[in-house]
Amino acid sequence: MTALLGNHAGFILAAYGLAVLVVAGLAVWIVVDGRARRRELADLEARGIRRRSTRKPGEGAA
Amino acid sequence: MRLMDYANPTRFLGLVATVLPWVAGITAILFAVGFWLVFAVAPADYQQGETVKIMYLHVPCAWLSMFCYMTMAMSAFGTLVWRHPLADVSAKCAAPIGAAFTFLSLATGSLWGKPMWGTWWVWDARLTSVLVLFIMYLGLIALTETIEDPARAAKASAILTLVGVVNIPIIKFSVDWWNTLHQPSSVFRMGGSTIDASMLVPLLVMATAFTFLFLLLHLMSMRNEILRRRIRTLRILEAAGADA
Repeated sequence: MTALLGNHAGFILAAYGLAVLVVAGLAVWIVVDGRARRRELADLEARGIRRRSTRKPGEGAA
Repeated sequence: MRLMDYANPTRFLGLVATVLPWVAGITAILFAVGFWLVFAVAPADYQQGETVKIMYLHVPCAWLSMFCYMTMAMSAFGTLVWRHPLADVSAKCAAPIGAAFTFLSLATGSLWGKPMWGTWWVWDARLTSVLVLFIMYLGLIALTETIEDPARAAKASAILTLVGVVNIPIIKFSVDWWNTLHQPSSVFRMGGSTIDASMLVPLLVMATAFTFLFLLLHLMSMRNEILRRRIRTLRILEAAGADA
């Protein structure tokens, strides 16, 4: 691979490696955050704390 | 259903659930084709040799750094003028993604500059104005995180975002207005592109792939932010119930 990319292979590989690291880090952060928020919301709803629009008839505020 | 109906967060979440798998699939296909074109088809440059491969990464990141800021500016306008419920969510979620792509634009530019120009960095108009853009992204993230009330944070960051728009034409035209080491515009310019089709096609495919990647990450992040705000509302309801 290094031979195919010529004299400056290190610069090319560093650029693509850094891009993969940053984009993967961003994607993982967003996915982990999404899972944590869904878990938190499900936990609140399981304890009967719901928004008015999702409450069943006769249910209290909290 | 009218477009404005999607201003309702619940409807928007439904739309995201439908659209997201398609956007993810298209992004994956575009990157697969893009990497194949870059590493198996695109020729080496007659002057730069294989180092030109950094262009297929650097240019889409630079394009996205500005595209993302314009998305934030339009969202900021929506926040201030129409008080659109999702406009602030959109602006807040675009900032970290824009910061990441601006950082990549600067870093890949340095990695390209060292072998081609003989230096990692020069304080010329293009590089400095992109560095200012990166600092503005960090400032907007800090501002949003510092103010606890989402409505106040939205208004403050929307004003700052709109003030910062002045930097976008400076970035775009800096290579025409001032002397710089950076090459002038070669893709979007009056008189057409100066890049040969054998390099232009892979570049446009990579730019489209990165744009879809931004769309994918932005939609996912907006979904998270809507859930975060629902949780905040429920916590307030819970606290009010405990006090009663």
